[in-house]
Amino acid sequence: MITREIDKKTIYSYLEQVQDPEVPALNVIDMGIVRDVLLHDDGCLEIIITPTYSGCPAMDVISMNIRILLSTIGFKKIEITQVLSPPWTTDWMSEEGKRKLRNYGIAPPNPKQQVCSDKLFAPNEAVQCPHCDSWHTHRVSEFGSTPCKSLYVCDDCREPFDYFKCH
Amino acid sequence: MRSQSTNHLINYILHLADDSLILGHRNSEWCGHGPVLEQDIAITNISLDLIGQGRNFYQYAAKLTNESTPDPSFAATEDTLAYLRDIRQFKNCLLVEQPNGDWAQTILRQFLFSAYQFYLYQQLQNSNDETLAAIAEKSLKEVTYHLRWSSEWVIRLGDGTSESHQRMLNAIDELWVYTGELLIAASYELPAISTQQGVDLTILKPKWEEKVKDIFVEATLPWPGERFQQIGGKEGKHSEHLGYILAELQYMQRAYPGCEW
Repeated sequence: MITREIDKKTIYSYLEQVQDPEVPALNVIDMGIVRDVLLHDDGCLEIIITPTYSGCPAMDVISMNIRILLSTIGFKKIEITQVLSPPWTTDWMSEEGKRKLRNYGIAPPNPKQQVCSDKLFAPNEAVQCPHCDSWHTHRVSEFGSTPCKSLYVCDDCREPFDYFKCH
Repeated sequence: MRSQSTNHLINYILHLADDSLILGHRNSEWCGHGPVLEQDIAITNISLDLIGQGRNFYQYAAKLTNESTPDPSFAATEDTLAYLRDIRQFKNCLLVEQPNGDWAQTILRQFLFSAYQFYLYQQLQNSNDETLAAIAEKSLKEVTYHLRWSSEWVIRLGDGTSESHQRMLNAIDELWVYTGELLIAASYELPAISTQQGVDLTILKPKWEEKVKDIFVEATLPWPGERFQQIGGKEGKHSEHLGYILAELQYMQRAYPGCEW
């Protein structure tokens, strides 16, 4: 009888195949959505995930896609648990993920959060244009096409772009 | 048999859930009708956050309901709680069910509520109920955005043109009567407060008032002060508006029970 030793690292590498349906350039590992992988003694594989925003409509699809992928690989007992605390932050996005975002045309979150306060009329966060690399950009709206993005426009190349806002 | 304290806790959670769902639904009525595209997107983004927060609360309320009354023939879910309860069972405050009116009225309603929700979640993070604390911690990041956005709009309109200023005054006249209820504990809040699961509203009141005063001063709007306050929503006694909201919200599940897509 052959027993397969599966470690966490292998599971994480499988999960890299699960894309975020809202931002298809990124997988769930890049996003920092997968918080832990637990292999229980009874053979159950538990994946712990956390939503980016409370109302993120992608979470149900992501859970389903993780389940489909892992059952295709051969796991029989899969449990997907959603946790809220500690709350997701853009700090959890991998460097690889940020690079992919930029290539996809979305400005990645700045490493140091600048505007997550209740201060009013705060100056725009300096964001680099993902198209021409100019820092000469300005914010059009702090709410964008999905809860996790805000709208910017580049004052040099004149292209609008999404910025993955700090959270 | 469900204990009295579990009952209170479930009702406490439902009141948080109903506030979020109903305001989320109201805001979503702006979808495609916002004054400019960016603000249309902003208000619907806020809807999405609120409905998401509502879902988290409903899921928790459903879990507690099922644990305390195991009835295999009818399991509560987030959907049964949102779609199959009647108007008198909804515990949202009167403020969130008020019609959108003009943009000024929608903005003011959002601001008054976000200011409340901001301090509420700040306190609820310390709840000795772990799930409530986690939902609050998560939601607070979103509400910070809502509060900032709506505060800026109150200032922009209040300290704007004579037309926008007048519209804000009208909105205050329309909505102020429903603000008192936010900070008066309902029957199920008192036991939740005494067990330190819920938030003590007497702590919230001065914080909320200070915030609203600050923004009104900046917006050159008068402080409305003591006025008659209409209460009842949190105890299930609603204005006629909620009936219309539920008719739209619940139509599919009422007409085609259990329908899925």
